[in-house]
Amino acid sequence: MQDTTLLDAVERYIRGEMPPEEKALFEHLRNTNPEVDQLVVEHALFLDKFTQYGVTSRFKNQLTAIHNQFVQEGGAAEQRPAIVVTLWKKYKKTVFVAASIAGITALVISGLVSLLSPKVKPSQLEYLSGVIAAQGYKLNKLDNKVNSAENPPPSFSRGGTGFLIDGKGYLITAAHIFKNATQVEVQNTLGEYHARIIQVDRQADLALLKIEDTTYHAFTSLPYGISKSGAELGEDVFTLGYPRPEIVYGKGYMSANTGFQGDTTNFQLTIAANPGNSGTPVLNNDGEVVGMVSSTQQNAQGMVFAVRSRNIFQVLDAMRADSSLQTTDSTLSHLKIPTNSFIKGMERKTQIKRLEDYIFIVKSN
Amino acid sequence: MRTETNDQKLLEGLAQNDRKAIEAIYRQHYNMVQSLILNNSGYPDDARDIFQEAMIVLYEKVTSGSFELNSQLKTYLYSVCRRLWLKRLNQMQRKTSPEVENLEETVPVEEELELHEQRNKDFLLMERSMSSLGEPCKSLLEAYYLEKRSMVEIAGDFGYTNADNAKNQKYKCLMRLKKIFNQLK
Repeated sequence: MQDTTLLDAVERYIRGEMPPEEKALFEHLRNTNPEVDQLVVEHALFLDKFTQYGVTSRFKNQLTAIHNQFVQEGGAAEQRPAIVVTLWKKYKKTVFVAASIAGITALVISGLVSLLSPKVKPSQLEYLSGVIAAQGYKLNKLDNKVNSAENPPPSFSRGGTGFLIDGKGYLITAAHIFKNATQVEVQNTLGEYHARIIQVDRQADLALLKIEDTTYHAFTSLPYGISKSGAELGEDVFTLGYPRPEIVYGKGYMSANTGFQGDTTNFQLTIAANPGNSGTPVLNNDGEVVGMVSSTQQNAQGMVFAVRSRNIFQVLDAMRADSSLQTTDSTLSHLKIPTNSFIKGMERKTQIKRLEDYIFIVKSN
Repeated sequence: MRTETNDQKLLEGLAQNDRKAIEAIYRQHYNMVQSLILNNSGYPDDARDIFQEAMIVLYEKVTSGSFELNSQLKTYLYSVCRRLWLKRLNQMQRKTSPEVENLEETVPVEEELELHEQRNKDFLLMERSMSSLGEPCKSLLEAYYLEKRSMVEIAGDFGYTNADNAKNQKYKCLMRLKKIFNQLK
């Protein structure tokens, strides 16, 4: 009660509503009592803020009303397309003329192109696994001769690239690398390991390998994730693979939504790729795997086809569902595909350093 | 010269909260601001927000009686909107395209915007305090302090036995609001 009486006095004083006698008394109180003085100052400030709030919110409401009216009159764009519509109205004529010229030109050119261009046959699709470079093979052979006495070295004739999808030693690579393969070996910057083919899906051109070697130390996590959404047309991508015994970096972009002859499980890249790039991971700038290099079209420069990353998930799901596989490999059911990339936003140089160890040369006989 | 007298009239109207004047400013300048925002990775909703905020800045300026027309209203609004949008873009970390740095004439508005920012902070704080205050306190305070209605009238509307009773209630509400406001601060 005391408080409200005082507050009432303060407000009347601020508004100048006090009769002179009361005002003199109040001013005396204010001068002798610093608490009252402070209350006056603080309350005046607060009331000012409150009134300002009232004024501004009333103004805001008015603005909203005017804005809505303005939108209804067609003065402001409701959505982005409205701008396009106005532009369209403005340039309709020009567009029509331009479109018809473009249309005729396009027809003539496409006619000419289909007339003159050679027909591409499926046989012209070239897998990038290839044969391990003859020279490298010879060198290997020479090296191996030294200790060949006790253990005849396996001879590898086919090769590609693979990348880990689980630190425990599960690798994804291209299925076409293997033809009646009995021996598989993988090699990264840290060492060479024996591996076993767990599953091959020729349709999707995907193979799952498992490193089974006592010298292999499992990674607890991978720096990259496997993207479920994949890449978009025009998106920049890069590859890290082994077309040579040395890791090779490639940079390009996604250039078409489908693969060879409209294959929707694949997409097209414009990037440099060579035999040995089969199975190479295709990564976006965030360091997410969006695909895996599979093949190229003969006689077409830089035209590379890659398997979409979502196929990796599908194939693995199918493998998990296959109960016969479960019995041969009990850890398969625990296989976890990472979806988060830890190299997002890093410089490319740093990204490559982080990635190197997780990408392997894949060799088979 | 004509735009200047026209601007002056509009600002006088704005200071008096004249709806026609505000509408006229909207008609004359909204599209300029809208294309600024849309061309620089913004959406129509952003244009609405930025223009409204600029209008509040302008309103604060004219109601405090300090609007000297040393630039055209058009240039002033453009400058304010541009600064506000650059700041918003920064906060959102959308990619700023260099187009915002175009060749339109601008005037320095940093000082006003700093003042506005302080006011806006208080406004938002008060808005939050009011919404957590609850009824009937909120309406009671609005009726008395903002709509300036008499205590007798309010007592009748809110069902208090007399004006004194309503007044007591109002002070209690005001003290609660103050407490919430200071806590939020």
